[in-house]
Amino acid sequence: MSRKIAALLLGSAMAFAVAGTAFAGDKVVKIGVLNDQSGLYADLAGPGSVIAAQMAIEDSGLTKKGWKIDVISGDHQNKPDVGVNIARQWIDVDKVDVIADVPTSSVALAVNNLVKEKNSILLDSGAGTSDLTNSQCSPNTIHWTYDTYMLAHGTGSALTKSGGNTWFFLTADYAFGAALERDTTNAVVAAGGKVVGGVKHPLNTSDFSSFLLQAQASKAKVIGLANAGGDTVNAIKQASEFGIVSGGQKLAGLLMFISDIHSLGLQTAKGLNLTATFYWDHNDGTRAFSKRFQERMKTKAMPTMVQAGVYSSLIHYFKTLDKLGENPHDGAKVIAAMKEIPTDDPLFGKGKIEPNGRTIHDAYLFEVKSPSESKGPWDYYKLVTTIPADEAFTPLDKSTCPLLKK
Amino acid sequence: MSINLQALSAQLLVGLINGSFYALLSLGLAVIFGMLNIINFAHGALYMMGAFCAYFLLNGLGLNYWFALIIAPVAVGIFGMILERTMLKWLTGLDHLYGLLLTFGLALIIQGVFQNYFGSSGLPYAIPDQLRGGMNLGFMFLPIYRGWVVIFSLVVCLLTWYLIERTRLGAYLRAATENPTLVRAFGINVPRMITLTYGLGVGLAALAGVLSAPINQVRPLMGTDLIIVVFAVVVIGGMGSIMGSIITGFTLGIVEGLTKYFYPEASNTVVFVLMVLVLLVKPAGLTGRAT
Repeated sequence: MSRKIAALLLGSAMAFAVAGTAFAGDKVVKIGVLNDQSGLYADLAGPGSVIAAQMAIEDSGLTKKGWKIDVISGDHQNKPDVGVNIARQWIDVDKVDVIADVPTSSVALAVNNLVKEKNSILLDSGAGTSDLTNSQCSPNTIHWTYDTYMLAHGTGSALTKSGGNTWFFLTADYAFGAALERDTTNAVVAAGGKVVGGVKHPLNTSDFSSFLLQAQASKAKVIGLANAGGDTVNAIKQASEFGIVSGGQKLAGLLMFISDIHSLGLQTAKGLNLTATFYWDHNDGTRAFSKRFQERMKTKAMPTMVQAGVYSSLIHYFKTLDKLGENPHDGAKVIAAMKEIPTDDPLFGKGKIEPNGRTIHDAYLFEVKSPSESKGPWDYYKLVTTIPADEAFTPLDKSTCPLLKK
Repeated sequence: MSINLQALSAQLLVGLINGSFYALLSLGLAVIFGMLNIINFAHGALYMMGAFCAYFLLNGLGLNYWFALIIAPVAVGIFGMILERTMLKWLTGLDHLYGLLLTFGLALIIQGVFQNYFGSSGLPYAIPDQLRGGMNLGFMFLPIYRGWVVIFSLVVCLLTWYLIERTRLGAYLRAATENPTLVRAFGINVPRMITLTYGLGVGLAALAGVLSAPINQVRPLMGTDLIIVVFAVVVIGGMGSIMGSIITGFTLGIVEGLTKYFYPEASNTVVFVLMVLVLLVKPAGLTGRAT
């Protein structure tokens, strides 16, 4: 009996010793890439984001300086409860320091709360909702790539100003769709337009014909697609079938990724406007990264802005760790240090992280090329205008983030 | 809410189009369940394979939609028969649960393999030239392709029904389900008939896949999205009832279309609400006989 107790004591002492090493400052880092690995958002984030994270580790050069950095990944299936459970397990049991990517706004908002409670780190690339840096902002979260405000002010304002002054929304019925519709409505109204109606559809809808007929009947000049991924692709494809574009109405895919354009084909997608913060063929830096990325992808796809954002946010994180000299395993402390350093990498160019956790960098309004303009696979966009970093995102004085009111 | 008659008739027609997919898929399931007693969870994956088959035929061999309409169901049907011969036949006489688990596992594997190579957002497949464009019906713009889908699937459904309920071959089949030993005693090769029946059910799924390729993206997960609804259709119609699943398929498409008009948020749950109601009132399904 006493032997058993002794063994138990020894065992728990060892467990504490192991756990203890992770809490002191050391050079051990664990990254968890949490996203949709198999569903409708898997091509825009999914396994590609994990590859981007691995590339960030290799390119950071930290492993040569004696750091030990691991990546694990999880599939949140676009369900907040699943996402939070994985994140909790990662933080509590697997001692994950950073949760990266997390597309699907409803999941991102839930993980955002958990990460704050646990003083961990969320580097969000995939989610869209601008609430992450407004009412739900947190000292433990940085929202990297894009948000609904940026999309609304890019595509929404541009189309309204060019004559599309009446809008009808097809909105995905969850946090992201609601935020995107709200922000776009504001941008449309500010640009002198009017919203004449809208319909909410369930996430992951394969048939849009009913909704498209309602949009067609509204006679709005622009049909705003406040959805993403497979939903946007299906809506656009079926809209052309129902003669919506040839009938004179314009489609606005408010959030379009290069994976969506690839899936649609240029014949269907040509002429669409979209706003993004990253395009693989933008300059030498983005091309070099993207070619390396493409070689490692099983589907031989070019990186989306979400995957690029995972890379870029982690590069900045590693830069900060390098400066700190060790990993303090203190989320808020690392995030504060990250905000002090300006961001600069070949993918997104120069930028900075605002006190509310919003990374700001230039955004671009693109137009999708027609098949005759495209020189080959993945040659899809031409630049219309560059939206400077300080105009692309919510101005700080308009942010409702409680962190700003100190 | 004011009801706009024009919009309503448009929604009814759109519902009918979706109903044709439900009908074709649930028909295949009903045939397989009725004759083989197998709950074929791989149906969605086989439907997806039909669509991919059309894609490969077009992009690999240059064979257009019309060839795909014939070749894809046959090719996927043969694949189905191989599955039946190598795996499903060992489950004869066992509880339904075994067949369900086996086919569910197969579906996951097939989808996983396709996803590994083609990602999840899908590949484009153009509408065949002959069926492009649309007609202005006054109350709506009907894409010709969609009209074609409704008519074609209705014809296929009725042919299948006729084959099983009105021909000698169908009579053998039904008899073989009732009492395989006795039918064998008459010198009929029952195992071969069962394999062919499974092939027929699978072929129907693949046919639905080809029909849907130009409308939806050709995606590895296109079947998963549909299969649950289709199972609800089969349950509502009465497991194994051929005519029941055809009628329920079209009806539910219309009900769903109306929901999308009146209360879109509920459009992906309305089928299941109906299923619960039917199960409460008539547990054997609308046309099923309690055994």
